[in-house]
Amino acid sequence: MAKTLVFLEHHEGVVQKGSLGVLAKAAQTGGDVAGIVIGSGVRAAAEGVGGTVWVADDERLAAPLPQPRVDVIAKLVRDEGYENVLFGQSVLAADVAAGLAARLGAGLNWGLVDFDGERGRAPALQDTVVVDVGWSTPVRIGVFRAGALDPADLAAAPDVREAVVELEDFSSAAEMVEQAHAEQQGPSIEDADVIVAGGRGLGEPEKFALAEDLAQALGGAVAATRAVVDAGWYPYSAQVGQTGKTVSPRLYVALGISGAIQHKVGMQGSNVIVSINKDPNAPIFEYSDLGVVGDLHEIVPKLVELVRARRS
Amino acid sequence: MKIAVCVKAVPDAASGRRIDPSTNRLDRSVELAISDFDTYAVEEALKVKEAAGEGEVVIVSMGPEKAMDPLRKALAMGADRAVLVTDPALEGADLLGTAGALAGALEQEAADLVLFGQQSADGGGACLWAAVAERLRRPVISQVSELTVDGGTATGKRQTEFGYDTIRAPLPAVIAVSDAINTPRYPSLKGIMGAKKKPQETRAAGDVGGAADSGTTVVALNPPPPRGDARKIEDDGNAAEKIVEFLAEKRLV
Amino acid sequence: MSDVRPVDFPPPWSPAEAVAPPTDPVDERIEVGFLVVGAGPAGLAAAIRLGQLLEEHPEQAERLGDVPVAVLEKGKAPGSHLLSGAVVNPRGLQRLFAGRKRLDELPFLGPVHGESVLFLTKRRALRIPTPPTMVNRHNHVASLSQLGRWLAEEAEALGATILPETSAERLIIDGGRVVGVRTGDRGRGRAGEELGNFEPGSDVTARVTILAEGTQGHLTGAALERFGLRGENPQVWALGVKEVWKVARPLDRVVHTMGWPLRPGRRYREFGGSFIYPMGDDMVTVGLVVGLDYRDAELSVHDLLQELKTHPRVRRILDGGERVQWGAKTIPEGGFVALPKRFHAPGLLLCGDGVGLVNVPALKGIHYAIESGRLAAEAAWRTLERGVSARTALATYDESLRQSFIWKELREVRNMRQAFGRGFYLGGALAGAMTASKGRFPPGDARTERDAEHSLFTTDRAASYPAPDGQLTFDKLSSVFASGNRTRDDQPNHIRIQTRVPRELAELWAHLCPAQVYEVGGADGDGTVEVKLAPSNCVQCGAITAKGGRLTPPEGGSGPEYTLT
Repeated sequence: MAKTLVFLEHHEGVVQKGSLGVLAKAAQTGGDVAGIVIGSGVRAAAEGVGGTVWVADDERLAAPLPQPRVDVIAKLVRDEGYENVLFGQSVLAADVAAGLAARLGAGLNWGLVDFDGERGRAPALQDTVVVDVGWSTPVRIGVFRAGALDPADLAAAPDVREAVVELEDFSSAAEMVEQAHAEQQGPSIEDADVIVAGGRGLGEPEKFALAEDLAQALGGAVAATRAVVDAGWYPYSAQVGQTGKTVSPRLYVALGISGAIQHKVGMQGSNVIVSINKDPNAPIFEYSDLGVVGDLHEIVPKLVELVRARRS
Repeated sequence: MKIAVCVKAVPDAASGRRIDPSTNRLDRSVELAISDFDTYAVEEALKVKEAAGEGEVVIVSMGPEKAMDPLRKALAMGADRAVLVTDPALEGADLLGTAGALAGALEQEAADLVLFGQQSADGGGACLWAAVAERLRRPVISQVSELTVDGGTATGKRQTEFGYDTIRAPLPAVIAVSDAINTPRYPSLKGIMGAKKKPQETRAAGDVGGAADSGTTVVALNPPPPRGDARKIEDDGNAAEKIVEFLAEKRLV
Repeated sequence: MSDVRPVDFPPPWSPAEAVAPPTDPVDERIEVGFLVVGAGPAGLAAAIRLGQLLEEHPEQAERLGDVPVAVLEKGKAPGSHLLSGAVVNPRGLQRLFAGRKRLDELPFLGPVHGESVLFLTKRRALRIPTPPTMVNRHNHVASLSQLGRWLAEEAEALGATILPETSAERLIIDGGRVVGVRTGDRGRGRAGEELGNFEPGSDVTARVTILAEGTQGHLTGAALERFGLRGENPQVWALGVKEVWKVARPLDRVVHTMGWPLRPGRRYREFGGSFIYPMGDDMVTVGLVVGLDYRDAELSVHDLLQELKTHPRVRRILDGGERVQWGAKTIPEGGFVALPKRFHAPGLLLCGDGVGLVNVPALKGIHYAIESGRLAAEAAWRTLERGVSARTALATYDESLRQSFIWKELREVRNMRQAFGRGFYLGGALAGAMTASKGRFPPGDARTERDAEHSLFTTDRAASYPAPDGQLTFDKLSSVFASGNRTRDDQPNHIRIQTRVPRELAELWAHLCPAQVYEVGGADGDGTVEVKLAPSNCVQCGAITAKGGRLTPPEGGSGPEYTLT
């Protein structure tokens, strides 16, 4: 059974859900599993996770920069003999994983949705094929797709261990001048976990307020189809589709969108798709997880209220 | 100021990206074109050169011999030279193999700035630059939506899930730019006509330090699972409640 | 029955818009030796022949400059906008590559092994003897898009510079002479505003400009008008819509069908038929061609093709297979009587489909395009000869066309298409008589009438179009996707058309367009409706130009990206 190390990303003292999901998956593989938290003043976060968690706590690690993290993890992998190193995808995690792969000469498989300790599964080509992937190197690095896994309550007593911090010169060359703080006005479409998209079924430009309200309630971004952008209802920067942006949020809510293939290819990688359309034959129902045939003008206002109530 | 841009020629979207069943890898026998994401990096390199008033923009790529043709588009946009690492030993190379070959070529170029696009258009991966930076032992900044190069320093606005960070690194550095950073220029007719005359060189694996082994394997291909338990309901007055229930079930609210 | 005729609602467009004096100062113009517009079979044949002549006469190289031959192509790459059946008569290619290539080196998909012509009813297929004009012995199946790509490589190997993603927007006329072409701007927004990466077009000048734009050629139309080259009869067109399928079993023959789903009655004016060709062992192409003089506003060639596929004989061929590409393009059908009265003007030569060199009864135009390109190249080359005026040199093009096999063959079949305006059965009888007499009977030249002049009516035709099932039958947007079209949305509308018209006309356009560019909008109370456009769907087939609108070239690189059509 392989020994697995899981990178636990944190932000403002909170370990990220994505990382915890990967940790839960690692626990399922049955081998020796530990997490690693790297930063400054992160001991409490490490303890909060439960189970074996390595901590590298050092001022030089305060900024969320990838290369010092490669130094720490590489040393730990070599010293402790870890065979698997797993990450939940994020901008930071991607850079750490790839730097680590080059450092250790370890194979890296990307976009995983499953892993059994030796083999993984990853969708490819805009989710039209699912690939079984393997590694040919002694150390295996895996980066999991965002939102693919759910955290689990591990309910184990915390066992925090110190990781050694020895940094290369070139790793410390980049410096954080100013770090991002609280979120500004909502995530951009590309980064959003949740997207509410509006199409012609909204009826008129003013009705985009429905999409905006729902997006705000769900903490997401607003997107639009080509048809409504063409008609001037919403800006081109919000267009999702073949000739707009490609997105793969955890949740995609389609309001009044028929779902022609030009739109589908821009969002078919979304984890969960919910659509509301009054035409029962709309193509979008063929690839929605939940399709609702009904009048969005009646459903959405109620939905917004219910979501707000739940979240508060 | 020498700027290297790492670019990949990928199957053109129109030809259809498909897996070749005999190799379980992307079918590269079809028409290739420069990955759209990489054109932003080429544009940024040209802007940096223009701002500095002097310099050279070199396109560095790894791929089959016929990948040289699509690289000409970058030359038509204004890049000065193209270097293609091509070798049967590198066919099907994964992240490790690719990073090794590119790093080998980049070491020879000794550029002040190495640029990448924001993700791979065919594999979908978004981290190659970090592996290359590690091999080159240079600082790396990724997902940059604004870049300033001043004297010997590069300052990038990195876009993450949490907002924007400002990160600074001394040159030589590796920067991956996002597609929010600029709007790539159309090559002018003169540019297209002049591209043929610009130097286009090839290198074999041996020229760039040998072919590193791949670290991953493709075991099997499967059709995608049907969307599990897809449901379609009609609104009978409580669709909103049903939707919330569904979202709660999926832990989305 | 209404009196609505598309011709009464002309588009806001004048051919003069496509003609202009030079824009750029002299030192900014791009000078090339010979300029070809269109990287199709005609244009590439011209480029290849010029390259061959340059090889044979290298001493002329310095007179032609750095770029002796330039070919402008508005599609993403050569082949992106090429579409045909096609069963090709190798004659044109053999003459072009005489002494340089063997028949087996030409990029065909296979010789024609056998053929059937079927008359279809809704459920049955009756085999009829192959009309003499349609015999395809010694001919070869090809993908025109692939052939174009191959010809482009050959042209480049001979020194031609191919410039894809470059539209030719205006003919540059200076001192009464065509001196070149102005290319289109790139990087304009929907309202015409200059975007961050705006790149203006350029004046490209040359000693001779050869227009090989294909059907509904933009500059060709302007040139015919400007130099008074139009013949007595207007050109007429058919719309061809086709699909390429991966199939489970090879098709052993070339198939043509007539009859269903087209209606034979004279009032409908539904002339056309379908073709089903094997493409190697594992692919098949199926297409339907319908003359655009039809009158039923609900007729949709796209949907008639979907209907055709449900016929048991056709379904059998496609069962177990998968659609891999779709496309549409118009074909000039006027034949001999609709040819221009001259094919050259000062500084200018006109080739191929753009001037209607298509043999409709034989369904052949590719070898004519290639031959006309070859002859144009030779005439253009003559302008380098000392002691010969450019005018005389270019006039030899007309002479050589008239002496070529193109002319002889077109003349023989000159009245056949028009005969079918009298309905299928009478037309068929007349066609038979024409063939037997090699065009001598009936005597005289039948006239053509503009497609847009026929008044419209509506039947309930759309009711029988099959609902798309996503396996055998498809909707228009899926088809547009299967053409590889991913045109940038945020650019100016390239279609000139009136947007407040009688409902019947709006419906005609909505059904006509295989790419769903036109939609019937709200009514205005006075009997007219609004016409809404989605220009980025456009696959530039040219049908709208035949029926009341006008297609102009959008930003270079837009439109379909055909590879197998």
